[in-house]
Amino acid sequence: MRAWLFSGLLVLLVGCATPAPDSLYQQLGGQTGITRIVEDMLLRAAADARIKQHFVEVDIVRVRDKLVEQLCELSGGPCTYSGDSMEESHTGLHISRSDFNALVELLQAAMDQQGVSVRAQNQLLAHLAPMRGEIIER
Amino acid sequence: MRRITLLACGLCCAFGAYAEQGRLLATGGASMLEGAAGGGIVPWAVLTGYGEQDEWGGSAFATRVETGDYRLDAGGVALAYGNRLELSYARQHLDLGSLARDLNLPDNSVSQDIFGLKVRLFGDLIYDRLPQVALGVQHKRQRDFRVPKLVGAQRDTDTEGYLVASRLWLGAAFGYNLLGNVTARYSRANELGLLGFGGDRRDQHQWLGEASLAVLLNPRWAVGVEYREKPDNLSFAGESDWQDVFIGYFPSKHVSLVLAYARLGEIATYDHQDGVYLSLQGSF
Ligand code: HEM
Repeated sequence: MRAWLFSGLLVLLVGCATPAPDSLYQQLGGQTGITRIVEDMLLRAAADARIKQHFVEVDIVRVRDKLVEQLCELSGGPCTYSGDSMEESHTGLHISRSDFNALVELLQAAMDQQGVSVRAQNQLLAHLAPMRGEIIER
Repeated sequence: MRRITLLACGLCCAFGAYAEQGRLLATGGASMLEGAAGGGIVPWAVLTGYGEQDEWGGSAFATRVETGDYRLDAGGVALAYGNRLELSYARQHLDLGSLARDLNLPDNSVSQDIFGLKVRLFGDLIYDRLPQVALGVQHKRQRDFRVPKLVGAQRDTDTEGYLVASRLWLGAAFGYNLLGNVTARYSRANELGLLGFGGDRRDQHQWLGEASLAVLLNPRWAVGVEYREKPDNLSFAGESDWQDVFIGYFPSKHVSLVLAYARLGEIATYDHQDGVYLSLQGSF
């Protein structure tokens, strides 16, 4: 009985400490993978004629750190987002619907580069899509 | 037909240079048989091409359907502005094959022009809480009315309307994106209008249901099914509802290809008209 309880607790503990192997966080490659994805996406954005103008004079290190934190939390990883709200951070940027889609394409390209499966990509995009209203045309 | 296609390609290239293409891959759809953005036989609520707000989008297409006894060729162009308004033109040409001989018909083909207009009313395919909903009108003009008239069609010109809703659910099909479309069409066109409008049996518009469902295996490949209810206005032959299964390939925002296996049932007395549907689209 005590052995059962013990092993049950152990499973619970392990289960909490390390997310299930197929969690979205894991599929994105954990902390390392997410950092690579975000950096790759931001590099592409800085070079993309459609949206690079938004990223000049921006504290890009901060944006990277906050984005990594946010994607980590969204995907079920061990992080807590500590940045500004989406409205706050995108107000005054006048991001258009097309700009938003352009960044989605760059995120997809970055995830492809990282070998993230189509299904995991869709799962992450499903978390991000509802935020569009707080980001565009502000 | 060939001239239209050539002209369309030229237009596409000319406009393409100015297009921003702010929408995501495949969200402009293919060109359905009547020229509107959609699948093959069912429209989608999206507007052709890839224009978002303040941007132009456009497309040109050529489609062939072979069913054994018949061959349908369709081609046309469409232009959209601001992800709001779509104008389209298509010509359809149906080769009647052995029917012309068997029934001793005066023409061995029929054709029609279709002028289309589609307006997005509200919603967004992917992002908003509401699905994307559009209202469409198609004005159809029969060009060879002798055969349709002979089999009981009441008029050679008509206008029909449709209301269509489309939604892309991210990751909804076992992790893959799922696209759904439902259409309510108010029409009295016989075989799309190729056999005229209204008939000896019935001459009023009626509500007809259409739907399609597609799974996106990745941003470039889609597989799906379509269903289109049809009227049955002519007494000389039955008119079957149409259905198909399709594969769509969107290698870029400039080209798409749709291959389908269509079950078109009875068309003008010949039953079991199953066949291959192939459509090529250029877009921007
Ligand atoms: C769902 C999509 C998006 C998410 C989740 C997102 C997330 C973030 C986050 C977490 C920050 C940092 C906030 C902070 O500093 O506390 C940020 C800042 C920023 N984002 Fe986004 N963003 C999105 C879309 C976009 C798009 C489409 C653009 C432009 C094309 C954009 C441009 C920027 C810029 C320029 C900043 C820096 C603003 C500043 O520091 O003044 N974002 N975003």
